[in-house]
Amino acid sequence: MCLAVPAKIIELSGSDAIADCVGNRIQANISLVPEVKLGDFVLIHAGFAITVIDEEEAKKTWKLLEDLDNFNKTNNKVSG
Amino acid sequence: MLDMINRAYKEIARAGQTLGRKMNIMEVCGTHTVSIFRAGLRDALPDCLKLLSGPGCPVCITDQGYIDAVLSLSRRDDCIIATYGDMIRVPGRDGSLEQNTGRGNIKIILSAQDALKLAIENPNKKVLFVAVGFETTTPATAVIAGQALRQGIKNLFIFSNHKLVIPAMEALLSEKNHRIDAFLCPGHVSVIIGSDAYKPIVEKFKRPCVVSGFEPMQIIFAISEICRQLAEGTASIGSVYQAAVTPQGNKTAQKIISESFDIVDGYWRGLGKIGKSTLKLKEKFSSLDAEKQFGIQLALEEDLTGCRCGEVLCGLIDPCDCGLFAQNCTPDSPIGPCMVSSEGACAAWYKYARGKRRS
Repeated sequence: MCLAVPAKIIELSGSDAIADCVGNRIQANISLVPEVKLGDFVLIHAGFAITVIDEEEAKKTWKLLEDLDNFNKTNNKVSG
Repeated sequence: MLDMINRAYKEIARAGQTLGRKMNIMEVCGTHTVSIFRAGLRDALPDCLKLLSGPGCPVCITDQGYIDAVLSLSRRDDCIIATYGDMIRVPGRDGSLEQNTGRGNIKIILSAQDALKLAIENPNKKVLFVAVGFETTTPATAVIAGQALRQGIKNLFIFSNHKLVIPAMEALLSEKNHRIDAFLCPGHVSVIIGSDAYKPIVEKFKRPCVVSGFEPMQIIFAISEICRQLAEGTASIGSVYQAAVTPQGNKTAQKIISESFDIVDGYWRGLGKIGKSTLKLKEKFSSLDAEKQFGIQLALEEDLTGCRCGEVLCGLIDPCDCGLFAQNCTPDSPIGPCMVSSEGACAAWYKYARGKRRS
């Protein structure tokens, strides 16, 4: 339940932001990271940015998400 | 990278040899539980390790009394239930939210903000927000409580069962029969509370606490750091997730939590009543407080018959030790919450390790 995805802030308006996560536009509330600026990378949990992270960290996770996506497309499902 | 993994593996094995016994490491985060199973770490790491899945999944630790109270409100025609997805399948004494969805008033939300939006869009209904989760999720509830108050929203009711991680860890270590040598600490809870928050665990209980993110590599490195400490007989705070976690955590989030909630005693599945472990809205939010507005009295209720989720959550037994596991209790037809939630120990065990047993 405490999953969070990294995303780049691409629009800012008051406490609302739009963030980009591998091409998906995500709405994010930035009340918890008031220091955030346009172009920053953040971790988003349940619609709220919870911390600012560096670009390298974000890209590492994106790569992982991509790998997982590719992995899930393979026939690895556990039946039961 | 392979070199680093090899080194970590050897560190773990060496620690096992030094101690001459199994090392019991508990993860207190459902997302870790799933990562560990999915990556096959339980089988890949040396036999001297025993990984325990602790009370880290909000759905799993929510007590029966709270679930029954939500179910009871879901039968009212004037109520809309706004809940995070996993909660809807948890069985209560009389059905689950999922079984009540025919009424059309159970709404799955992805963000606390959706609950506020539902209230605005449905002015003639009372919207009950099922506010569960640890410190990662709590600040969002605080933010919408503030927004609702400022905007004069009168039909949003927050049923807070937000929990604090540290008191649960302390409660586990205070149990006589516990077998926990160290904790793998949750990544995103720690983003909020900061790694320094684990000081009581290392100082008072002398148990290593190492924060990790969710990549399998990070988890392996965190475990090897824990094992190094165990072999040396030391206990300190470590982190392999510095990219997101600071010693102090997110001060803004901590401030909004402390301004919005009082810390009270609360019930946990398996752990019973834990002092100062649960967050309830402060007096200024009384008009939004579901417990006050609906007159809900929470009491400790017995778990469902035969269900041993409580012992699983405390790391006392493995899911396969429960008589219901994979027999009467399966992900398709769950009895206990650890089988309901995809992040529950029983569900992860069922999906990835059924039929295997490792003592």
